[in-house]
Amino acid sequence: MSAIDVQEAITRAHREEWARVVAALTKRFGDLDVAEEAAAEAFATAVARWPADGVPPNPGGWLTTTATHKAIDRLRRENKRHDKQKEALLVHDDDPPEPAGPIDDERLRLIFTCCHPALAPRTRVALTLRMVGGLTVPEIARAFLVRETTMGQRITRAKAKIKAARIPYRVPSAEDLPTRLSGVLAVLFLVFNEGYLATGPDTDPVRPALTAEAIRLTRLIRTLLPDDGEVAGLLALMLLTEARRPARVSSTGELVTLSEQDRGSWDASLIAEGHRLVRERLASGAAPGRYQILAAINAVHTSARDARDTDWSQVVALYDQLVRLDPSPVIALNRAIAVAELDGPEVALATIDRLNDELAEYHAYHATRADLLRRLGRTQDSRAAYDKAITLSGNTAETAYLTRRRNQLN
Amino acid sequence: MQYLVSVIYDRTDLATPAEMAAVDAFNERLQAEGHWVFAAGLAAPDTATVIDNRNGEALVTDGPFLESKEFLAGFWIIEAPDLDVALRLATEGSKHCNRKVEVRPILSE
Repeated sequence: MSAIDVQEAITRAHREEWARVVAALTKRFGDLDVAEEAAAEAFATAVARWPADGVPPNPGGWLTTTATHKAIDRLRRENKRHDKQKEALLVHDDDPPEPAGPIDDERLRLIFTCCHPALAPRTRVALTLRMVGGLTVPEIARAFLVRETTMGQRITRAKAKIKAARIPYRVPSAEDLPTRLSGVLAVLFLVFNEGYLATGPDTDPVRPALTAEAIRLTRLIRTLLPDDGEVAGLLALMLLTEARRPARVSSTGELVTLSEQDRGSWDASLIAEGHRLVRERLASGAAPGRYQILAAINAVHTSARDARDTDWSQVVALYDQLVRLDPSPVIALNRAIAVAELDGPEVALATIDRLNDELAEYHAYHATRADLLRRLGRTQDSRAAYDKAITLSGNTAETAYLTRRRNQLN
Repeated sequence: MQYLVSVIYDRTDLATPAEMAAVDAFNERLQAEGHWVFAAGLAAPDTATVIDNRNGEALVTDGPFLESKEFLAGFWIIEAPDLDVALRLATEGSKHCNRKVEVRPILSE
């Protein structure tokens, strides 16, 4: 086996087995910190040994066994130092053994623990990327533009709280599952959005590593919970959004709006997969949640070969459905954008002017307003709105686009 | 495992009869289900006295150790197997006493 093959085997094992190894060890030792450290050591051992010894026939089994030995070594060392803590090292898994249902996967327990509502939202994101995604602390720190030490402390504090407050390592009860699952999906959607519209003056406008990671983790959840409509919806939404990524930023680094994108460069296979999921959900006949509706809206957009062929009445109808579910001002804003295409910019402007109090600090609100005012020929007002949007936007490609648009006003 | 459920409030008025009745019923349930350890309501913060005797010369000060808009108005100590159970009980407790609560684990050996 060539060095490159071994390297690929290690990369693949990391992608496929990291969460499983951390989850198995957390279950066995009842301690996320022990599990994380031992998993990292096991992968380091693989990097050192596999090139000479060869890739083991069952890489996942090898990694779990190696990590288990590392964990036991660590616990022995600590035991010698603090004999009194011996008891604490025993697994505090005093639940009666649960019947192994279809969703009884260790990784699912891990995800629910990392996304526990008692942790701050940004901590849930960091912990999920570390424990489930296998990203390193420096990688996560870079992704969210915070210092490595800060991110390290955030994760350390979270692990300490999970242990001290005894946040359980289990899949929530059927009664709590919908709420808790929507918390997990929110974390994944946040990771995806940060990749799709990255914030910060020094960062790339789109960060495919983050969108890819979010999709990978959502796929994992879909494998574990194949019958959940919102999981399918979120996956479809991500795929149909990701499919447009190649057309999203121009060669000069400007954001390209949906109507101006080169649809030929969209990823056809991602679109096909997304459409398949949306059709599957429609066929189920079950009432859709917000991710399923958002996915359906994106399916309408990605079905049009040309922006002019977009079925706007269908888009507005879907937004009407979404507003009933989630009457938030951001949804109302997006609905107004579709209304502008159907009923004209004047109607849309009247709608969004009512959102001013709630969305005054939201860049997309001012960008939308600027565009509507431009279409209505109200140049002065449009320029002021572009200025406000440029000040509030944190994305370099969006700023470049808005600046050009403002400068084109006459 | 035990958790301290602190009741947080920003006014010194006492619980209404309806709130008292709801808390009593909730306490009885905690006892029946084996979660009960202790519970108490506290007098207003300005009835507090702080003592610092760390160096052997007790310094006595009138008033709470921390002046703040919100303060500890009472507490439960509950027994729960994990944080999910503790949070569920605290969520009910907050509803019954009609005040905000904080859940904090009590250190154990």
